[in-house]
Amino acid sequence: MTTKLMGQRVQRVEDQRFLRGQGRYVDDVAVENGTLHAAVLRSPHAHARIIDIDVSALLDMDGVHAVFTYDDLADFTPEMAEPLPLLIPHPALTHGRTQYALAKDEVNYVGEAIAFVVADDRYVAEDAVGQIVVDYEVLTPVVGIPTARAARNLVHDDIPGNVAAHFEQNVGDAQAAIAGAPHRLSLDLSIERSACMPMEGRGVVARWDRDLNRLQLWASTQTATGVRAAVAVKMGLDLGQVDVITPDVGGGFGVKINHPWPEDLLVPMAAKLLGRMVKFTEDRREHFISSAHERGQDQHIEVGFDDEGRILGLDVEFWHDHGAYTPYGLIVPIITSTQLLGPYKPQNYRVVFESLYTNTVIVTPYRGAGRPQGVFAMERTMDAIAQYLGKDRTQVRAVNFIRPDEFPFDHGLIFQDGRPLIYDSGDYPQSLEKIKALIGWDDFPALQAEMAAQGRRFGIGLACYVEGTGVGPYEGGHVHIETTGKVKVATGLTTQGQGHATVFAQLVADELGVKFEDVEVVTGDTRRMPYAVGTYASRAAVMSGSAIHLAAKRAKEKALKIAADALEADPDDLQIVDGVVSVKGSPGTSIDLGTVAVLSNPLRYAFDEKSKLATQFSVGHPDRPPVPRGEEPGLEGKDFYSPDRATFASGMHAAIVETSEDTAEITIHKYAVVHDCGHLINPMIVEGQIHGGVAQGIGGALYERMAYDDAGQLLNASFMDFLIPYVSEIPDGIAVDHLETPSPLNPLGIKGAGEAGVIPGSAVLAAAIEDAEKLPVTAMPISPSDLFTLRLEHTQ
Amino acid sequence: MSEELHPVRLTVNGVTHRVEVPARRLLSDALRHDVGLTGTHVGCEHGVCGACTVLVDGDPVRSCLMLAVSAADHEITTVEGLAAPDGTLSPVQQAFAECHGLQCGFCTPGFLTTITAGLRENPCPSHEQAREMIAGNLCRCTGYQNIVKAVERAAQIGASDKAAS
Repeated sequence: MTTKLMGQRVQRVEDQRFLRGQGRYVDDVAVENGTLHAAVLRSPHAHARIIDIDVSALLDMDGVHAVFTYDDLADFTPEMAEPLPLLIPHPALTHGRTQYALAKDEVNYVGEAIAFVVADDRYVAEDAVGQIVVDYEVLTPVVGIPTARAARNLVHDDIPGNVAAHFEQNVGDAQAAIAGAPHRLSLDLSIERSACMPMEGRGVVARWDRDLNRLQLWASTQTATGVRAAVAVKMGLDLGQVDVITPDVGGGFGVKINHPWPEDLLVPMAAKLLGRMVKFTEDRREHFISSAHERGQDQHIEVGFDDEGRILGLDVEFWHDHGAYTPYGLIVPIITSTQLLGPYKPQNYRVVFESLYTNTVIVTPYRGAGRPQGVFAMERTMDAIAQYLGKDRTQVRAVNFIRPDEFPFDHGLIFQDGRPLIYDSGDYPQSLEKIKALIGWDDFPALQAEMAAQGRRFGIGLACYVEGTGVGPYEGGHVHIETTGKVKVATGLTTQGQGHATVFAQLVADELGVKFEDVEVVTGDTRRMPYAVGTYASRAAVMSGSAIHLAAKRAKEKALKIAADALEADPDDLQIVDGVVSVKGSPGTSIDLGTVAVLSNPLRYAFDEKSKLATQFSVGHPDRPPVPRGEEPGLEGKDFYSPDRATFASGMHAAIVETSEDTAEITIHKYAVVHDCGHLINPMIVEGQIHGGVAQGIGGALYERMAYDDAGQLLNASFMDFLIPYVSEIPDGIAVDHLETPSPLNPLGIKGAGEAGVIPGSAVLAAAIEDAEKLPVTAMPISPSDLFTLRLEHTQ
Repeated sequence: MSEELHPVRLTVNGVTHRVEVPARRLLSDALRHDVGLTGTHVGCEHGVCGACTVLVDGDPVRSCLMLAVSAADHEITTVEGLAAPDGTLSPVQQAFAECHGLQCGFCTPGFLTTITAGLRENPCPSHEQAREMIAGNLCRCTGYQNIVKAVERAAQIGASDKAAS
């Protein structure tokens, strides 16, 4: 009997490949194949006019095949010389701006692409890049939010105040409610930039097939269909002439969502012009200075509340640093502005933000996407209220919770997907009870006192979040049962290590009644599923999971219909177990799914014994068409899932830290997570997502910052200087507890789980450090030297 | 002007490959692009992340910090050489699968080679030693908890394999 796999800790099928060194990442494609390699000349200046580019030294260089600058692009297609697309326009984005594939006249950040060289190998290509001479007129750069706001210099001459967008949303009258509230507080907070930093950087390989007039592109991307569409437009090709294949991807965390990157266009352009395969593999420094960052925000909060700590009015103003261009629109600040509400319901809320240009690397969503900043704002506010009233921090949160009987809960705001911000389900009071138990909240004061008696500073903090996951618009699934009985599944979104091949196979095995080992999943290949959106916003399980589930249902219906004919039974009386269709209660009367697949496809010719069974002379009734009207040959099911709106996962994190009196070093002794992503498909994989997210959250809270100097130079563009946590920085054992409030929005009752681990990191650690130090922590990340400085400031 | 090429014999996973490379070619690039063994990954090219770790005469070495010409006449083991000839996973590989010690898999080859060497030196690490064994490798996906678990599990499997043989 097939065991139900939903909810089981099934070991991952993809691991076998990875463990043997047989993973196939983009840079592994077309090795030893005469492939040419590209390198990019990048701007050394944060802000400069390009007076002249001299590439004459390259013309005779051995091994160099081509060099391109902006002036060459229009020769290829007119579209190539236009700015890159602004992917997600928004009415409030009044001054959106995107860069060119290669800089035209001006550069606006250190790292902006200026020239593109193709050579026999990367070493030679880099040599050649070093021979290009550019004459710059260096301009004054704008670095950091205060400088951008002051607007003494402009990033783009024609964009006043460096402001790309000014956006406001209101529920009720927050300012009046604050003015009339019994108590009022205001806070100024800030969070610095960090970056996704997948271990594999960006990469793209292109092959132009001149016989078929087609482009084949391998890309390390989170959205294969997006890259495909962008490249087709820019190359002047029909969508049908472009295949994008996303093989294994060595991590994404958001940075691989943006498209097209300049190299996504330049590589296929060069491949077509040169008639050779061309590859670009980003190196680590390039990833720092030419991919994307996130997180940088300054925030001002006004809050009015009653004696219980109940928020009566909340007014949030923040400034978002989006770097030199806005290819991904306003998604990050819109998420901050809506998701900072978390599990609470301030009765009156106003939020206004400005999205600002600076002469730094662009900003696109990074795991959590604007939520860590939002949670930081809200949770610091909760802690401030509790401290002001002398109440326990959990009590203040509890009085502000949306109650379980209030779902679905409509906040009266518009979310990032343009849909109303309506929470589908949740149980925040229960979550709070669980996190208190897991961290030992009520016992902590005793521990703190005991440690204090030994001269040690211990502090505890907690933070709550709600995360909109599983945003639309849609994903598709295709399930194909082969004549061998093996099941091939395709979905268009990509995978970056989340275990999609395993969880989707679990869903198909459950629905179809086949062995898990017989299901093979392909993701991110536009040849197999050309309609898809992408892997981001914790949407894969909800969107593709649901679509694949529905597709499997369709395949099953068809299988049962054909099997019912063959077995002369009613489809309702049939069951599928381990790939065998049988009459319930009469196991002797059965047929293999593979045989059903044979019968589903009446053939003209018999190639082998199986196809012999399926020739038109042996399948179906002689007086009916071999393929009935409304049917298709083959045993396949395809379906799409498109939700009304996002699902809302939620959770709470808590941590116990120690701060050293002597060195101001911050040690995390305990970290606990309670997490609700609805029904779990594979708890092992969900826990893995949480562990990884927590590590990234800790990195963001304590170590990771983009150290720009006033000239716009990124001073820490290497792993030597930008500190990603090693195991030594991560607490030994993260306690995890699950809560399951199923989503009513999809057939599986699931919500996304990909980003939750990272979201409350800065908020929870700021709270714990504040509790240990008894001084306000308002800026993150916080290093030992930051804490040391904070102590000095506080005692002055 | 063409670069001068140097003939180098690279012995990788017991097989000798003859390659002709410029003196500046990194071992990581030679393994991946000249020998065609793409299991070794390059994450930072400055010796910090450990993704490119291979074993040179049994010792873990960052192949992005070693030149291919200097690897001549040494025994190199890459991730492709860890499983038994019949395809059976090594204890470390098996433990990673059991403990969900990987997600995107990009840093995994470096962890597997590092731990293989680590356990050879210290077959029964304490929990703290298991953590230290991987403290020079970066992983952005797993949060390390399950990798530490995998080190301990691999030690267990290794011990029981030894007992059985």
